[in-house]
Amino acid sequence: MLDLELSEEQRLLKDSADRFVARDYAFESRREAVAGEDGFRREVWRRFASLGWLGVGLPEDFGGSGGARETAVLMESLGRGLVVEPYLACVVMAAKAVALAGADAQKEELLGGVVSGDLLLSLAYAEPRSRYDPAHVETRAEAAGDAWVLNGRKGLVLNGDTADRFVVSARAAGGVADEDGVALFVVDAGADGVHARGYPTNDGGRAAEVSLENVAVAADALLGGDSTGGARVVAEVVDRAAAAVCAESLGLMAALNDLTVDYAKTREQFGQPIGKFQALQHRMVDMFVALEESRSLTAVYMADVDSAEAAERQLAVSAMKAQCDKAGRAVGQEAIQLHGGIAMTDDYIASHYFKRLSAIHRLFGDIDWHLERYARLAL
Amino acid sequence: MRIAFTPEEEAFRAEVRDFIEAECDPAARRRVNEGLGLAKEDYVAWHKALAAKGWSCPHWPVEHGGRDWTPAQHYIFEEETGDAGCPPPVPFGPEMVAPVVWTFGDDEQKARHLPPILSGDVWWAQGYSEPNAGSDLASLKTKAVLDGDHYVVNGGKTWTTWAQFADWIFLLARTSSEGKRQEGITFLLVDMTAPGIALHPIVTMEGGHEVNQTIFEDVRVPVANRIGEENKGWTYAKFLLGYERFNMAGVPAAKRQMRRLRRIADDQGLAGDPRFRHRMADADIQIRTLESTMLRLLAAATAGKDPGAEASYIKIRGTEIDQLMTELAMEAVGPYTLPFAPNAGAEGWNEEPVGPDYAAPVAPTYFNTRKVTIYGGSNEIQKNIIAKHVLGL
Repeated sequence: MLDLELSEEQRLLKDSADRFVARDYAFESRREAVAGEDGFRREVWRRFASLGWLGVGLPEDFGGSGGARETAVLMESLGRGLVVEPYLACVVMAAKAVALAGADAQKEELLGGVVSGDLLLSLAYAEPRSRYDPAHVETRAEAAGDAWVLNGRKGLVLNGDTADRFVVSARAAGGVADEDGVALFVVDAGADGVHARGYPTNDGGRAAEVSLENVAVAADALLGGDSTGGARVVAEVVDRAAAAVCAESLGLMAALNDLTVDYAKTREQFGQPIGKFQALQHRMVDMFVALEESRSLTAVYMADVDSAEAAERQLAVSAMKAQCDKAGRAVGQEAIQLHGGIAMTDDYIASHYFKRLSAIHRLFGDIDWHLERYARLAL
Repeated sequence: MRIAFTPEEEAFRAEVRDFIEAECDPAARRRVNEGLGLAKEDYVAWHKALAAKGWSCPHWPVEHGGRDWTPAQHYIFEEETGDAGCPPPVPFGPEMVAPVVWTFGDDEQKARHLPPILSGDVWWAQGYSEPNAGSDLASLKTKAVLDGDHYVVNGGKTWTTWAQFADWIFLLARTSSEGKRQEGITFLLVDMTAPGIALHPIVTMEGGHEVNQTIFEDVRVPVANRIGEENKGWTYAKFLLGYERFNMAGVPAAKRQMRRLRRIADDQGLAGDPRFRHRMADADIQIRTLESTMLRLLAAATAGKDPGAEASYIKIRGTEIDQLMTELAMEAVGPYTLPFAPNAGAEGWNEEPVGPDYAAPVAPTYFNTRKVTIYGGSNEIQKNIIAKHVLGL
């Protein structure tokens, strides 16, 4: 029968992540990290490495463990804690791209560095005009003998301000939005011609606009020696990232629902707790249903993210992202409204959950984008 | 999502399919698939065919004629019969009164009432709501006064679905007005042929006659037809409402509606309309989401666990999706939803349709389906229950 229960190992992962978030990831220290130079804490990152989390979702042969469901277990807990360390950007996305496209020697070096916590990677795939299409690549890769020269601009590179290296998608052949003709290169952040302009994002995260100006890279920087299939790799990685943030949004929604119900039980107006008002009760029930439904769908479909069939993976991801975004929007907006003024403040954590949900809704395909893809696949 | 059922479960699925092919009237299935209505005979014929196989009430305890199926087998049975468009089970006997009878009834009541429900020989109706007792059911006023070894019942029930087909009705009646309102209610089984019962059809907005007002005037009901103790009927009624919960929440029916909607949308040239495609995609995801919740329930039941919080909202979402599907069908058909053909959904209707042949049942179904968020404990009542018992508000 269907196995929707967590395995023993998944349970241990969840318990350790929940414990970490509850004990060691206080809102105040997160706030300091967000305001700090890197936007996260290096010592926390090292702790992630020692807990084995930086290999979750990566191949076992290179120090990793588990697949999409394990990634989801971890992301849900990290979501509850509003964790800003770059697990999504580095492990779920950039390292996964290496795992999918790299040659063994590249995987050995790069994944080894990621899993140990010594190497930070970011995936530079999006561009100022690409919106949600990973095949839209204007950045050019031109062969120069054995080597390549890269020119172009990459946008919204998550945690791109602290990355040691970028995995860059660049077009070696074909038109701007062709699926074929895209190559993936590993580029040092400090290489000549690479400029990363870092900035904070409104959810407490970091990103960078990365410009590449006549950046010369050696032949062995090309992942897997394949200069044409990169867009498909990125598409899979973006699907996996979408699934991961769906799981993260479960943690965010659960946190907001708990916060809202607790607040409604204690906040008194008109001589009674506001949770006694039916108009508010029904809205909290709607929030509960939105979360539980998202939980059901992700519990059943998350396994399909690891499917060998692209169409099956895409259908599952689009269903999950459309559902979780819809639920997350409703839960986030309602949580603010039901709290009232207090949730408008920067000091109160609800506003930060809300902003993270809002960021998720603009990443890896929004509701309309996923409905369109779902319609194409399912209808 | 491909769900990994065991080879034994898949063999069972094949057996169910073969049985449906052999025994379920294709004309009835076609009517269900096209959204048309069924006659009493269609329901009874399918129930009797299932009864001959021993499958008419599989969820019952084995000693009363149920099957010792696993949760997965129940799931598969509901999925296959729903998917094939078999006449849906009529709940009043098998799913409502029967569990009350075998749980709280005496041996004589069990022996008398359970076998004919199982066989499909007796049709039941539900006597709960009254004109002034809807969501607030405990305010019911129909009276039963003890007179020797009979109760004398006076009052009126409303929304009695298919009372015109019913042989028996189960009834909540007030036997005491002392103490809490819930404590003066008694659960009675009443023969519909008893003198003093009058039916008044209620025509609903789609033009159908599905529900009735059922008037009781000095109806004499033997005390032997009382379930359990006098004044304890509320307990039995609440048990019944709880028993209703585990079902497929209409997932197979919703999938059927989606298939029909896609055909209509294709024919109406809406398949390429991005806005309508998105609405269909959204609805399809909602159906898959509800199905996922059912699978979570199934997984919990298989593991012998309490269904937990997720069970509490399936009525809400199942009915919302049902309404959404009828609304999308309205939108897809467009102007030809207007011709009024009140009998278009009824068995035996064979007039030349106005407009496309799929159009006739769409508006009546949309109108009729407004009921689903009202009956069985309105969705607002369901939300009250979740607010109180799940959220602790």
